[in-house]
Amino acid sequence: MEKRITFKGVWLPLALIAPQIVITAVFFFYPAGQAIWQSLFIPDPFGLSMTYVGLGNFEFLLSDPFYRASFVTTAIFSTLVTVVSMGVALFLAVLADRLIKGSGTYRTLLIWPYAVAPAVAGVLWLFMFNTRVGVITWYLGQLGYDWNHVLNENEAMGLVVVASAWGRISYNFLFFLAGLQAIPRSVIEAAAIDGARFWTRFRTIVFPLLSPITFFLLVVNVVYAFFETFGVIHTITSGGPQQATTILVYKVYSDGFVGQDLGSSAAQSVILLALVALLTVIQFKFIERRVHY
Amino acid sequence: MVEKRGAGLWLTHVGMIIGVAFIFFPIWLAFVASTVEQQAIVRPPMPLLPGDKLVENYTRALTSGVNAPVATMLFNSAIMATGIAVGKIIISLLSAFAIVYFRFPGRQIFFWLIFVTLMLPVEVRIVPTYEVAANFGMLNSYSGLILPLIASATATFLFRQFFMTVPSELAEAARVDGARPMRFFFDILLPMSRTNIAALFVILFIFGWNQYLWPLLITTDPSMNTIVMGIKQMFPSGDDTADWPVIMATSLLAMIPPVIVVISMQRLFVRGLVDSEK
Repeated sequence: MEKRITFKGVWLPLALIAPQIVITAVFFFYPAGQAIWQSLFIPDPFGLSMTYVGLGNFEFLLSDPFYRASFVTTAIFSTLVTVVSMGVALFLAVLADRLIKGSGTYRTLLIWPYAVAPAVAGVLWLFMFNTRVGVITWYLGQLGYDWNHVLNENEAMGLVVVASAWGRISYNFLFFLAGLQAIPRSVIEAAAIDGARFWTRFRTIVFPLLSPITFFLLVVNVVYAFFETFGVIHTITSGGPQQATTILVYKVYSDGFVGQDLGSSAAQSVILLALVALLTVIQFKFIERRVHY
Repeated sequence: MVEKRGAGLWLTHVGMIIGVAFIFFPIWLAFVASTVEQQAIVRPPMPLLPGDKLVENYTRALTSGVNAPVATMLFNSAIMATGIAVGKIIISLLSAFAIVYFRFPGRQIFFWLIFVTLMLPVEVRIVPTYEVAANFGMLNSYSGLILPLIASATATFLFRQFFMTVPSELAEAARVDGARPMRFFFDILLPMSRTNIAALFVILFIFGWNQYLWPLLITTDPSMNTIVMGIKQMFPSGDDTADWPVIMATSLLAMIPPVIVVISMQRLFVRGLVDSEK
């Protein structure tokens, strides 16, 4: 849809758009270009000169077992975060949708975690599962289970997944609830009259009608799990134990800032850029389709 | 209505209450921890009901903190979040206005240059962006905290969509009346965009307030720390026991401003969220 009525002038629109272009150029395109450029070099240990290595950094990365492990970790982590947060959110949304009265109150209460920063969510969950003072750790101990996410890799992964998913439930809940409330009651009532029980109706009518929202949330949640969970991981595990929770974004940070390996970190940034670009394309294709609905 | 009576309804409420309790428990526990003394926490299990040290713990956090007083960090966060929200809204309004209401050379190119940045978070390009900020002398400054995070297209995209739904008769009438473009922008377009601006402000404020990685890199001076990143700095290195009551009081202080914003502007926020993301 193009707007036909326009104002005349060349300098005014250029001046209007200039602030955004300048900021985007300085803080987006230049750094992204730098990342691509740096990924082709290896700096010497003193940072005085750079040696051109072509795709050497990428070849090294892709054959580096730690980097490949980080890929697998990221895949497991983002799958679990997405499934847990969307599953719980869908369950709660279905319940809230069944209520005529009171769903507003529940919604207000469920919105809270959206406003809680991932890093703060990390601190809250760390507190509950702290190996020395954590309440849940203590109760688990009473039950005979020795919780120690500092040493146990699976427990560490479980904890960062739950903490990351927790903050995301509100967001998914809002979208699912909006989607459920948009489904025409008549369709569901017709199925009920035909004798379809709740579960049958959900499986054959509700869930298929929700699929556009589900797909949208899938992409958004994967992006969230890839990038915004940095705060959770940094506060709870710092990528440990033995890199068991080092997702890709965390590795860019730990190699670039802690390890000072700029060439490798830049190459990792480029790979991440490509991954996000791919996700963006998928989402745009999806938006296009949705518009035509 | 289908199956909305009797036991089914009860079960639904019970399920909902269990869900809300599960979601709320971590926040409740943090609140309890912020109202008791250290002794009650280091000898588990800690109580599940609030103690009487609320005022004391919060005063201690706000005035002394661990590295920097939490009051300072709250102030820094407020500046950062407001700066990001206002800055992003201003530059996005202007550029969306230019893109929708003018035909000028390079329009298509600029359009794509802006929209390529959609969804690419700062986390991906942290090292080079950090170098840029360092070269500009922006470390430990508010401009360093704010400017790099303004470079994103989501708000521009939203305003562009909205401007395209504004009836073109309005622009035509303004033109016939001899109003200059900026006059049209301030007198007609801006007042019409009020709801969108408010909804976007909520989302961007929370986005800015909850930033973690960027402030972590760019502020080395404790007096410039934001509250969300400052909490992690409060944990002692090594085997010392963390000052849990103060840390939990700080966590609560860190979530109160965005929670107030979200709850008080719930209706607007839910609409804005659904609009801006679809």
